[in-house]
Amino acid sequence: MPVEMLEPTASTIGAPAVSRTPTEDTAQWFERSILGVLPDLVGAARRLTKHATDAEDLVADAISKAWFAVDTLKDRERFRGWIFRILTNAFLAQRRARTSQPVEEPLPDEQAGFSLFEQLHQPFLLWWSTPEKEFLDKLLREDLIRAIESLPESFRVVVILADVQGLTYQEIADALDAPIGTVRSRLARGRSLLQKALWEHARDAGVRTQRKNPDVT
Amino acid sequence: MTIAQTIQCEEALRLLAVYLDGELHGADHTNVENHLKTCRSCFSRGEFERRLKAELGELSHDVVRPGFEQHIRQLITQFTASSPKRSDE
Repeated sequence: MPVEMLEPTASTIGAPAVSRTPTEDTAQWFERSILGVLPDLVGAARRLTKHATDAEDLVADAISKAWFAVDTLKDRERFRGWIFRILTNAFLAQRRARTSQPVEEPLPDEQAGFSLFEQLHQPFLLWWSTPEKEFLDKLLREDLIRAIESLPESFRVVVILADVQGLTYQEIADALDAPIGTVRSRLARGRSLLQKALWEHARDAGVRTQRKNPDVT
Repeated sequence: MTIAQTIQCEEALRLLAVYLDGELHGADHTNVENHLKTCRSCFSRGEFERRLKAELGELSHDVVRPGFEQHIRQLITQFTASSPKRSDE
């Protein structure tokens, strides 16, 4: 394996032996880089664990694992994807250790194609005053967090990495040690579930705009 | 060489998410881009999905508790101190 490819994997992250010890320069760079993404790590960890204290434990665990694997990161421009890969692996490892249940949670096929836009859209209305725009205007941070936290774990992880943290498909595939096709499939289904959760919440809260309003001409 | 073609709404919507993720390339990218310029319905759908994605992106970071940031700084200091090799050696 080329040296440039030696990034931590699920099997190497947290390994006690490090082939080369980081230099002081590396330590300074590591601290600066970690502090730079710390709010993002905390945000991702809170969405993953759904718990503030568990999130901090996860971030600290991931940073420890990252330090002991820091010499395996040859391209520092790839730090962000690398550290989120470690965070995700640490989360999945913790979950596997805490539960005997499989991480994978199947989703009925009929839920895979749900579109919030299709529920809201009224094509005869002008674009600057549409139900879908009103819906987004009323959407609160708490609504989005609740919807994300309602997702089955395997879909929640992918949605968080793609839509919340903005990782590329390849970075997510690396983090999950899964093919890109699997990432795309889970992302599509996760987004569909997320939109369905937002729709149901809006309906329950009474903030949903009535579709096919007969008073609108 | 990529050859742009006229595509229908069904095909544009099938590729829309990947397009908005910035992961669509070549002719497929061009085809979706051109379709969105000419189809009001798909353009509206695209803008909705783009804005929802942006709203989710706003969740990317949380306020870090000052005590936790201090804990992380101390953790990294411990790592540094325990490293036997330093650049000035």
